Amino acid sequence: MKILKTLTTSIAALALTAPAAFAEWQPRKPVELIIMAGTGGGADQIARLLQGLIQKNNMSPRPFIPINKPGGSGAEALSYIKGKEGDNHTLLVALNSFYTTPIIQEELDIDVTTFAPIGRMAMDTFLLWVNSEREDITDLDSYVAAVNESGGTWKVGGTGSGQEDSILTAMMEKELGYNVIYIPFPGGGTVAKNLVGNQIDSTVNNPSEQMEFWRAGNTKPLVQFNGTRSAPFEDVPTAKELGVDIEYYMQRSISGPAGMDPEAVAWYQDLFEELFNSQEWQDYCKSDGLTCDEWISGDALSAFHDAQLKRHVELIEAVGADSITSK
Amino acid sequence: MDSILSLLAAGLLQSFEPLNLAMIFLGCFAGLFIGAMPGLGSVNGVAILLPVTFLVPPTAAIIFLAALYYGAMYGGAVSSITLGIPGASTAVATVFDGRPMAQSGRADQALMAAAIASFIGGTISVILFTGFAPPLAAFALKFGPQEEFALMLLAFATFIGLGGDDIPKTIFSILIGLVMAAVGFDIISGQPRLIFFDMVEFQRGIPFLVLAIGIYGIGEMIWTLEHTKGAIQMHKVDFGWKKIKENLGRIKSYLPVSVMGSMLGFFVGTLPAAGATPASLMSYGLAKSFSKDGDSFGKGNVAGVAAPEAANNAASTGSMLPMLTLGIPGSPTTAILLGGMIIWGLRPGPLLFAESPDFVWGLIGSMYVANFVTVLLNIALIPVFIRVLAMPFSILAPIIFILCVVGVFATTDRMFDTWLMLLLGCIGYLMRKLNYPVAPAVLAIVLGPLTERAMRQSLIGSQGDPMTFLERPISLTCILIAVALVSYPLVSNMMRKRKAASA
Repeated sequence: MKILKTLTTSIAALALTAPAAFAEWQPRKPVELIIMAGTGGGADQIARLLQGLIQKNNMSPRPFIPINKPGGSGAEALSYIKGKEGDNHTLLVALNSFYTTPIIQEELDIDVTTFAPIGRMAMDTFLLWVNSEREDITDLDSYVAAVNESGGTWKVGGTGSGQEDSILTAMMEKELGYNVIYIPFPGGGTVAKNLVGNQIDSTVNNPSEQMEFWRAGNTKPLVQFNGTRSAPFEDVPTAKELGVDIEYYMQRSISGPAGMDPEAVAWYQDLFEELFNSQEWQDYCKSDGLTCDEWISGDALSAFHDAQLKRHVELIEAVGADSITSK
Repeated sequence: MDSILSLLAAGLLQSFEPLNLAMIFLGCFAGLFIGAMPGLGSVNGVAILLPVTFLVPPTAAIIFLAALYYGAMYGGAVSSITLGIPGASTAVATVFDGRPMAQSGRADQALMAAAIASFIGGTISVILFTGFAPPLAAFALKFGPQEEFALMLLAFATFIGLGGDDIPKTIFSILIGLVMAAVGFDIISGQPRLIFFDMVEFQRGIPFLVLAIGIYGIGEMIWTLEHTKGAIQMHKVDFGWKKIKENLGRIKSYLPVSVMGSMLGFFVGTLPAAGATPASLMSYGLAKSFSKDGDSFGKGNVAGVAAPEAANNAASTGSMLPMLTLGIPGSPTTAILLGGMIIWGLRPGPLLFAESPDFVWGLIGSMYVANFVTVLLNIALIPVFIRVLAMPFSILAPIIFILCVVGVFATTDRMFDTWLMLLLGCIGYLMRKLNYPVAPAVLAIVLGPLTERAMRQSLIGSQGDPMTFLERPISLTCILIAVALVSYPLVSNMMRKRKAASA
């Protein structure tokens, strides 16, 4: 009976909104939500949550379909979006490789500042994780000691050369004065799994990728790379508190291809702003340690991307492009 | 064990609730058709039907999606057999023997075998899932890059025997597939490579379905047209109780390979990296290697339909395991299931079994029921499916052509891929004429990227030392079996020649 009721009400609602909807632009076919990372990672979880919320709350006349294009540290997704110039039915769920991949791979000839700025959904954080079985490692000092003791065979898992976690790994190598082996995996979920299975020694995963393993007692965080401690990890010190000068965030934003119609851009901006302000999204941010207090879109987002691009050029210069691409 | 049985009983009861049962029926039915439509594929199908699930409670919703996924696995075989177009990547191996069977007027047998083998695969795997989920999840964690590489090597080894006695031609075909798999971005460094003629379209790589639909859909169509001049009608429509009974009597001939395929498929499915496509290809290879009349594979051996079908269904159950316990979906379709779970506030991970037993066991219970429902639906629909083949081939061929073009365009949304598919279809036809086996090329393009990634990850980790593959017990075992499999046909060939010479 309940189903019947929901069905009739939703049909009634549809009938009521239909005439108004004709007035403005809206999707005419399924919208591709391109994820520039593999399944199970932070970006993937976010894209799938957003897709579900859009459909659950009936926010779009056409479904959103998440598609993973993890190849070449996001190069596959970026060149796909580049090739979709002027398309109104493709969006990109971006992370920091949005900046780093075009810097490192100049031959791709991708300028992300031409992409349509839809909105920034969150700032995500990074933590340093090890397997809980490593009882000898309890804090950053014992971690550094263990890395040095391994004599250059310490394996760090990440999501790809030139990806944000490889930059963070290189920053740590520089600040803490050690060397590790960096092994790329397709997606943060696979990285987390390999840490639990002891195939690698440590990772710098985002909270959402390690949350369930942490709750189950399989892995433990040692340091967080925020400015201040984030809510789910009150007991974990920040790098700055420990005197290590690293502060690094992951942006989670949505972009469209260059040349998207302004009406379409406006429609998507409204859609994602509504999602950003929804209870479900804010709850997710809280439980997974994301910072979601400020909605940025349009010109403000373009300015943010510009600043981040400059910062990443500096970061990559500082650690050296060679240290983050595979030798 | 007691607790598992009582949990399972509760789960089964739950799936018999009217709403859940209705969801199972609806899901299986829709899935069957989605799977059977080339190009629609279960990914789009599941994504488009996702809104249905918001009208019902979470458990009913995930049961619906799982039933849909299940039905699509069965359905994939239908277009593989009747049209020769793999409806989904998981059904490619079903074409190898299913198509020749249909062409010789045995489509009903092939469809029946596919249905029964899928049922066996689904049932065995769900029993394994019920009994051994936690230890298997722990075992899957032991699989690092080295083990994955060794397993892939094993898969290639089973296929060396696939090309009949002509091993050089098989290896050539594998190499062609590997080259095509390498096109696009380097998976480790992210640099573009093998961009033919500097065409940017190649940066995205050659999608596997483009190759599979080209070679099997177009290539086979041309070949059949050339040989029959379009003047054949492949099948007469008579499928009643008598036929069903007759077909049930044939189960014995493919029961062993189905059981083997189920075990293998389930196991491969539980590994996060692999999934149902490699599982079905490996199962086919193994069935052929161990068959007494391996030469008849690829020419319409019913075991060649049963083995991959059992494996892909078993693997689809198996891939639920890494999804539920590790949050890593084994296939794009399970990824959408995962998305559904996140929205309902169910977080996949090691604690899911303990924290949401109602959900997990309701899902497992529904798999048992969905299996029965799909096999019954499938057998009931066989007369409908073979009606397609009652058309003269001169009418069927243009339909196949259109479905191939639409199927490729719908999945990749690029005309470039559609042209590429047609080109590969012509190449497939030529290979067929020159007696090159095409199945190994298909295998190579699926497994190539997985193998390359695993190998390079292992070697980065060991700082270039190849001994890393032999130092780990699971990896060493797989490699030894692979070596034995490759040398077996060589040795038996030599023995045969020696015997012939001495006689």
